[in-house]
Amino acid sequence: MNPSPPPPRDPDLLEEALGLGRGGSPPWRLAFVEDCVETSGAFVLHNFLKRTLSTEGDGTVVFLGLAQPFSHYDRVLRKMGCNLSVQRNKNKLHFIDLLNLEFLGERRLSNEKGENDIEIGFMDLYNRILRSIEAIRSKDYNGGWTTIIIDDLSHLEIAAHGSVKHVLDFLQYCRSLTSEMDCSLVILNHEDIHSSDEALQMLSHLDYISDILIKAETLSTGIAADVHGQMTVIIKDAPGGLIKKLHSFQFKVKENGVEFFYPGSRF
Amino acid sequence: MAESISRSLRDGCLEGEHAPALTIEDSLASPLGSHVFDHFLANLASQIADGTSQARGLVLVALNWSPSFYIDLLRRKGVDASLVDKWVRILDCYSDPLGWKDRIPPLMNVQKPSTRENVSFFRDVRDINKLLSSVLDLGKGFVGQGKTRFAVAVDLVSNLLRHTSLPSVAGLLNNLRSNDQISCIFWLIHSDLHEPRVSTALAYVSTVVASVQPIMQLTDEHRSRRDFLWLEKNSCKAKFYVRLKRRNGRVKLLAEELHMDQVGVKFAAVTSENSFVNKSLLPKVQFNLQLSDQERVDRAKVVLPYEHQGNGEAIQIYDGRRSLSDDQKDPHLVQPSTFSVMTDAQAASGNGEIHYIRDSDDEQPDSDEDPDDDLDV
Repeated sequence: MNPSPPPPRDPDLLEEALGLGRGGSPPWRLAFVEDCVETSGAFVLHNFLKRTLSTEGDGTVVFLGLAQPFSHYDRVLRKMGCNLSVQRNKNKLHFIDLLNLEFLGERRLSNEKGENDIEIGFMDLYNRILRSIEAIRSKDYNGGWTTIIIDDLSHLEIAAHGSVKHVLDFLQYCRSLTSEMDCSLVILNHEDIHSSDEALQMLSHLDYISDILIKAETLSTGIAADVHGQMTVIIKDAPGGLIKKLHSFQFKVKENGVEFFYPGSRF
Repeated sequence: MAESISRSLRDGCLEGEHAPALTIEDSLASPLGSHVFDHFLANLASQIADGTSQARGLVLVALNWSPSFYIDLLRRKGVDASLVDKWVRILDCYSDPLGWKDRIPPLMNVQKPSTRENVSFFRDVRDINKLLSSVLDLGKGFVGQGKTRFAVAVDLVSNLLRHTSLPSVAGLLNNLRSNDQISCIFWLIHSDLHEPRVSTALAYVSTVVASVQPIMQLTDEHRSRRDFLWLEKNSCKAKFYVRLKRRNGRVKLLAEELHMDQVGVKFAAVTSENSFVNKSLLPKVQFNLQLSDQERVDRAKVVLPYEHQGNGEAIQIYDGRRSLSDDQKDPHLVQPSTFSVMTDAQAASGNGEIHYIRDSDDEQPDSDEDPDDDLDV
């Protein structure tokens, strides 16, 4: 007699805030995760990975790994109950390893079309994302949602030798991808490394194109043993548009996952 | 004055004049510029469809949103779909602005969105001259030659400025304005993505500058974008400042308020609600921090315990040690009875009193003598 499948778990506070519910496609296209030195937002990406690749849903992931190798995410997600190697073999996860940051070329002189190696490098990266989506949808594809995760935007800027323009052009193409097919984009960005005027304008650009902002920050009261930080989720009615809803709660990062709770609800 | 802007776009340009040009600018503090742009776009498209505008067609340069977004928008705003196909042309600078998709293999096994006849791809936004000629060709393609005019809308000049210089963009807009077949032109810019000189330069190219600004200004206290009160107040309302440049050179500055509802953006005259908004900035405590009108009047009536009342009258001092019935007159002292009348009047109204008792009978009012002179240090 086959064991009955486990009952679907209730969505946590972050999933409720993002409108993810019990699986299915997200009601947004471009989400930015902001963190800082004191509070890493990497756990949000781990959560997205686990949720999208869970057996409950049929989602797929294209993961651009600029900050950590595949083995790092594999180790972290194993403790959370998700085997990334198996998911990769099942064609549900495509991991694009960009750890060496050399994929964008060195030369910055422009050719007769006004392109330089950085732009050509981003075009190649966009092509790799397209090919991954193509491979995901080539066999055994059952119409699931694809999430493109970028970890992280700061490394993309480094790889582009600080060229904000090229990074924004690349994001423009990724954004057009979310308009043309069933996919969404999740990008991790370190808010506290942007201090110059150009970098602050870049943050404003990102604000204009995102329809969800997830911010992980330290508690205003300081460090606590049971509460690792505060999370704010800003939902807009459209990219760069009006704020429709605000969610604020706290979190504790554990080895096998994250707990989200409202302030004062833990004793 | 949003109505007057719509009328200006509808009426177009006079013979021998450049086309009216509208700049809509906003910022993250009040990101309603896109909605204002959509409002004027839908209005003009309706007027073109009805045949009530000078422009007989509209060319939309889509850099920030996909063409399908605008087609859905116009349909939601009630513009007939067949008339949109007939009189609106969209230059798609959103899907492939740099021509990357031409140089990489297309996606296989993926259903692509169907292309529409009134949408043309543009794949090189860095070439401003090519962009100008594409816009003009699109317009002439569906309004023909001769004296028929068409309107032009650019959904986000900020994106254009990322690819090319300010002089090039200003030159493009100016060339469009001065073209004989352009009836009117309007565009959106996010002012906080550029230096102030960009907004200024575009203002010189425009006949009307409409600026969307927050109802509550961002203060140091609200500096974080996560200040919920500031976000709540500015989430669906904004100030709409319009600077009109008349032909005779006069510049008029007008203001309205706008707010968002389910249908879209709505404009209204400026209200005094902002004073209420400022009052709500006071901390919410269980005691009253403000004075009522009666309390303000009573405070103004209090006689101050100074040597003089600051009103130019003779120095009057109440010496609490003298009895009220004392008739001794002293040129330096007030008649106690006079002051007692004042105190009685104040007592009758139930207000507080201030009693000033002088230190010494010998002390002259406003004496220049320094009391420390008696010290023998």
